[in-house]
Amino acid sequence: MLAHSVKRVVGAVPTLFILITLAFFMMRLAPGGPFDAEKALAPEVQANLDRIYHLDEPLPAQYARYLGNVVRGDLGPSFQYQDWTVNELIARGLPVSLRLGVTALVLALLLGVTAGTLAALRQNAATDHAVMTAAMTGISIPNFVMAPLLILVFAVWLGWLPAGGWSGGALRNMLLPVVVLTLPLVAYIARLTRGSMIEVLRSDYIRTARAKGLPERTVVLRHALRPALLPVVSFLGPAIAALLSGSLVVEQIFGLPGIGRYFVQGALNRDYTLVMGVVIFYGSLVIVMNVIVDLVYAWLDPKVRY
Amino acid sequence: MAGSESQVLSDAWHRLRRNRAAVVAAAILAAITLLALFAPALSPHPYDHTYWDKVSIAPTLSDGHLFGTDAVGRDLFVRTLHGGRISLLVGIAATLVSLLIGVGWGATAGYLGGRVDAVMMRIVDILYAIPFVFLVILLMVAFGRNILLIFIAIGAIKWLDMARIVRGQTLSLKRREFVEAAQAAGVSSFAIIRRHIVPNLLGVVAVYVTLTIPQVILIESFLSFLGLGVQEPSTSWGLLVADGAREMQNAPWMLLFPALFLAVTLFCFNFIGDGLRDALDPKDR
Repeated sequence: MLAHSVKRVVGAVPTLFILITLAFFMMRLAPGGPFDAEKALAPEVQANLDRIYHLDEPLPAQYARYLGNVVRGDLGPSFQYQDWTVNELIARGLPVSLRLGVTALVLALLLGVTAGTLAALRQNAATDHAVMTAAMTGISIPNFVMAPLLILVFAVWLGWLPAGGWSGGALRNMLLPVVVLTLPLVAYIARLTRGSMIEVLRSDYIRTARAKGLPERTVVLRHALRPALLPVVSFLGPAIAALLSGSLVVEQIFGLPGIGRYFVQGALNRDYTLVMGVVIFYGSLVIVMNVIVDLVYAWLDPKVRY
Repeated sequence: MAGSESQVLSDAWHRLRRNRAAVVAAAILAAITLLALFAPALSPHPYDHTYWDKVSIAPTLSDGHLFGTDAVGRDLFVRTLHGGRISLLVGIAATLVSLLIGVGWGATAGYLGGRVDAVMMRIVDILYAIPFVFLVILLMVAFGRNILLIFIAIGAIKWLDMARIVRGQTLSLKRREFVEAAQAAGVSSFAIIRRHIVPNLLGVVAVYVTLTIPQVILIESFLSFLGLGVQEPSTSWGLLVADGAREMQNAPWMLLFPALFLAVTLFCFNFIGDGLRDALDPKDR
């Protein structure tokens, strides 16, 4: 178990390294520098800028410098937001993004597992079909379609909820963004739970448990649920990745001051260091979460032994 | 041998045709594709022509502005279909790119086996852990936004799943008699992969392709929605939804029509993919 954990953690290193390297060279090989403006800068200004940002050094030296800084956790200054470092911008947006993401994930797990289990218990009955059709809808409607539609109905037409803004994370402001982030995850988790629950309920030990005369509730909750949740656990990695890319859309459209909003603005303004920094931050987060999820899976699943 | 193979396929075909959801989905999808293909012929209005006197008019039967016009007076019906053409094109083209790389990579790794397989699949594992959507955004920021780059970039990420699935199938295929017979006859590895392995992967690949196309359309629309994909005056469903979202207070039709087309298309692909999977693998359900 320990050997496996160490192996998984070490295995994430090349992935992180490739991510940082790809990000760096994509940005540096791009035609045009970050300071290309409509109006050409005076040569001495250009030279000064290049020197301050080390753009006058040979590429390998720049790369080594950047890699060294990233390893030390320093993502450099933002080109667009003067006086801000990328670290500061991320730290400023993190509370908002984190609060949205964690709320959505917890809700998605609760609702998804419940709906999937109910569907599995009534396989091919009306409940099952209803849950699966709803799930298909949740998966098929992208978040950037869902978000404006919900705003149109609940903010513009009905006027029940604000169309955007954060207001320090008030419930009214959180509701629509969280729904948009949660629905597709609920759909996936419900489908996964249903599939594995159906399989688990057919297994011998469940038949034994039923034969012993245990109430159905106990059979499902005490005996079937834990093994049936394994696929859901391994879905957590992709779920977190989906939440992060979903947060770009949600923060943009609801005007929430999170990391995703900075990222999209940075991308539209060609703020190279900010975009690179957020890609590396989010990328590392996904990679690290995947390792953790793997370890949790190995710990939960009695069949995985190392 | 060939007999039982085609028996499997024709059984699958029968099961698929009995799946009403999949058949309806296929019909709707065909209709949307035809509309997108023949859009210019269906409407008297060009997709990028501005009618200055008809800005943001609601859907109407007169003048042929079936879906109304957008905020700068362009016909929304033609723009929605033109956008659909771009979205479908990117979806199909990028899926083909992923298909070529994925099938080549997976079949080679699976057939050669041993150390080559281990190294090739280790590369897939490492790449798999990278959240590529962010890198695609980076690519769009760095190299400007053009369609060709979008579908090459998306194709280059989507091949990983394909490679894994194809490798798994190849591992079981290569122990079959007809492959052994070809090996005994001295046929080269490359020829065996091309002539015997790849054609037998068709079923699995078909399912996977129908499930990949909507994912690609989704990524493209996502990028375009954020303003990082297809550029004006050309358009795609993602970009139209973004425009519509900005104008939804005054002109909700600008949001509703493109959103409807996009969602229905994704729905249809997902239903067909699920139907194909159930048809080819009747164990479930």
